[in-house]
Amino acid sequence: MVKVTIDNIEVEVEQGTTILNAARQIGGEVVPPAMCYYSKLPGSGGKCRTCLVEVAAGSSADPRPMPKLVASCSTPVMDGMIVKNKTSDRVHENRGGVVEFLLANHPLDCPVCDQAGECHLQDLGYEHGSQKSRYEEEKRTFEPIDIGDTIKLHMNRCILCYRCVHVADNLTENRVHGVLNRGEQAEISTYIENAIDNDFSGNMIDVCPVGALTDKTFRFKSRVWFLKPMEAERSCNKCSGKAVLWMFGNEIYRVTARKDKYGEVEDIDGKPGWICNDCRFENKEVSKWKILGPRVIDRHSVISQGKYETKIETSTKKIN
Amino acid sequence: MKGRKLLLDKIGISGIETFEIYKKNGGYRSVEKALKSMSPEDVVEEVKKSGLRGRGGAGFPTGMKWSFLAKPEGVPRYLVCNADESEPGTFKDRYLMEHIPHLLIEGMITSSYALGSNLSFIYIRGEFMWILHILEKAIAEAYNNGYLGKNILGSGYDLDLRVMPGGGAYICGEETALLESLEGKRGNPRMKPPFPAVKGLWGCPTVVNNVESIAAVVPIVNDGGDAYAQIGIGKSTGTKLISACGNLARPGVYEIELGLSVEEFIYGDDWCRGIANGKKIKACVPGGSSVPILPHYLITKTASGENRLMSYESLADGGFLSGSMLGSGGFIAFDEDQCIVRNTWNFARFYSHESCGQCSPCREGTGWMEKVLNRLEHGEGNLRDIELLEEINKKIEGNTICPLGDAAAWPVAAAIRHFRDEFEWHVTNREESQTRNYGLCKEPVTA
Amino acid sequence: MKAHIDWSLRHSEKKELSRASLAKIDELITQVPEGKHKTVLMSALHLAQIEFGWISIETMDYIAGLLKIQPIEVYEFATFYTMFHLDPVGKYVFEVCRTGPCMLVGSDDIISYIEEKLNIKVGETTQDGMFTLKTAECLGACGYGPMLQCRHKNHEFLTKQKVDELIEAYRSSKVE
Repeated sequence: MVKVTIDNIEVEVEQGTTILNAARQIGGEVVPPAMCYYSKLPGSGGKCRTCLVEVAAGSSADPRPMPKLVASCSTPVMDGMIVKNKTSDRVHENRGGVVEFLLANHPLDCPVCDQAGECHLQDLGYEHGSQKSRYEEEKRTFEPIDIGDTIKLHMNRCILCYRCVHVADNLTENRVHGVLNRGEQAEISTYIENAIDNDFSGNMIDVCPVGALTDKTFRFKSRVWFLKPMEAERSCNKCSGKAVLWMFGNEIYRVTARKDKYGEVEDIDGKPGWICNDCRFENKEVSKWKILGPRVIDRHSVISQGKYETKIETSTKKIN
Repeated sequence: MKGRKLLLDKIGISGIETFEIYKKNGGYRSVEKALKSMSPEDVVEEVKKSGLRGRGGAGFPTGMKWSFLAKPEGVPRYLVCNADESEPGTFKDRYLMEHIPHLLIEGMITSSYALGSNLSFIYIRGEFMWILHILEKAIAEAYNNGYLGKNILGSGYDLDLRVMPGGGAYICGEETALLESLEGKRGNPRMKPPFPAVKGLWGCPTVVNNVESIAAVVPIVNDGGDAYAQIGIGKSTGTKLISACGNLARPGVYEIELGLSVEEFIYGDDWCRGIANGKKIKACVPGGSSVPILPHYLITKTASGENRLMSYESLADGGFLSGSMLGSGGFIAFDEDQCIVRNTWNFARFYSHESCGQCSPCREGTGWMEKVLNRLEHGEGNLRDIELLEEINKKIEGNTICPLGDAAAWPVAAAIRHFRDEFEWHVTNREESQTRNYGLCKEPVTA
Repeated sequence: MKAHIDWSLRHSEKKELSRASLAKIDELITQVPEGKHKTVLMSALHLAQIEFGWISIETMDYIAGLLKIQPIEVYEFATFYTMFHLDPVGKYVFEVCRTGPCMLVGSDDIISYIEEKLNIKVGETTQDGMFTLKTAECLGACGYGPMLQCRHKNHEFLTKQKVDELIEAYRSSKVE
């Protein structure tokens, strides 16, 4: 076990734990935001740079500060390491910079985006963004396309987190989509407008932190904040059958995996609770499910339940 | 004496590209010496003593890099030569490989022995395909003469050496991107740690060295690390290949002893012979496009008035405020008629084009800078764009996965630092800036 | 608005590599550790481009089959490296370096001159299918500019006269 201090809070974690995961063990405000890292997806992380933190002391053995900010999702802690996240002006300033970069080519089409209300980029922009964009250039644009019957790709909104690529690598045999081209021209694509057709492809939607990959069966049906998330299960021979139903009255509008406050699928029976496409797209009748009760969405976001008060509080703070 | 040559000394010999002539002229001695009379550790020790610093641009001590190589039991180790030379202004490795390919092959054998690699690679940029064929031919000759393959010179040491092409991507000069590319993947740099010395090619411990560094191992082993360290100045030991280009009277590749004065290098008869067409020098980028540009008054003298030398330390004297870097040795000179804004835009376009697109500050930031600079250059900029560029710069620098972000940020920051007048003039004199160049920048008046 | 890659254009006639190229690929596979044959992808694409002139979807699928990897792995790879032409090109592709050091010695003028001479813009192919003009970022010939590369050969210290001669030489098949 090694001891690390994050924003003046000490925590003991196992050797090899990343700074981000050590912070998640503390929880609350000290946890850096992560747009590309996804603990259930080996190989993810390091790319978006929103989780940058300052290392004020490398370790007890070598207490020198690290000259650059480091990606907390891919930097392992050392015994005696001192990390500054919320308490670092440098982090605040540079994270703001990263947000500005992520929004530079983003269409900001939240009013017509299905992800609105549960979008991590919205949250990030709210926390760290500035009121006005300094990006006056023409934005990079792509036509939305279908990648299969059930998934829509809005490349304009993509922040190239690579999570969906990792989902395909980790959950399916033959990946058919990936990142094509490079630099500013890089895009998620199948190249030949292939359908992504496998039993677990729908999980790409769940891992997408923005509205780049959305559920076609749910498109424009309702804003998520009007829906009631309910925990439910059904017997399924492909997955655990444990999901969240997003309901309006007695109608199921959408089915997703059960996600935690970091937007990651919860473990079910010790394994990540990915759900299959049958559960996600094919079973929208209430009779197909056993409904267990309301799902508490523990996230700092529009869809959070019972958190309106804190929301108003922080908004007022921001205005003042 | 600043004319000693250790790498290019045999370059004028006719037929030196063949094994026979190369061998006849003292070639492959380092292999014989190392394999017959030295342990691998001895070779590493000599390289450490030599003070050789990585010649690809970062200048990290080669011996130290070698000593970091992990050596777990039963796991292969690899040496990979970085011949992906693509930093604008740099064409020295190409010259070496084209003219004296066996020097690189010899260096690869000796270095592979030192590191315990039995399969080594030369990753050469795809645009140098004809040099790949030159190297393949040289490698075949080395195999035929018992310098590669099984039981080299009866020493019991086996080595296979392969050349692999790139496909057109500057980023593959970054060592982990190079390894990805060599594995048949997109050249996306890896997150570090782990470093290649622990987890490199196919997850095995790997050393990646520049062509010139590998070649320098030959004279180091032949004459000893101490003898090499005697050459040069201070911590800048040995000789360095400088590829000189831009508006010079005699551009080309020169081998210099580190410590030669910049003035001598630009104006000396043995070297570049001054600026072409008798013009004045306006600026200079001494170490490849990513290092800070120097205005005319900081090229031959440092800010404190000392003679500027071609060495790691002297070129960096003054830090980023008034210095630059030796970098890869890509020496680019600008005459008085060149436009700094245009050149800065050109470099920004290069880095934007070459960004792998993996991490957001580089992907978005390089593209953004390119667009702003494009407007400024074409008379459509505003004064606040100059501040914006500085801001974007700061948000890229240090925040990216690999050094490409810094490489893109530094030239823009330095150009604005030293040539702010010229940038502002492009805004205040939009039309005029489209028809003529600004000329030399003013030297700041110091008290 | 940038459309997604228009793939209707990307179908080539020729389907398979020559025996010599296939043998070369087999040889290269034997030169890397077992199971690491994906390493050969770069060389395989270069060989394909030499034979087919450009890299079509069929070619990429074919190479994926040869190396027993997924087609998307080839698509991802080929779209990353700028040497691969993913659209049909002319018989000769002029790639003129436009980066700093070449620009300082007049690459912009050379590019305009070639445009004028061949009556095409950068990115276009002449009507007779002989020439495609592209620009390239630094090709490592900074001291010898302006320069262009065509079929893995460098043509350096370009002047307008040299461009004329070069075009003539290619037209009359005096150079390969």
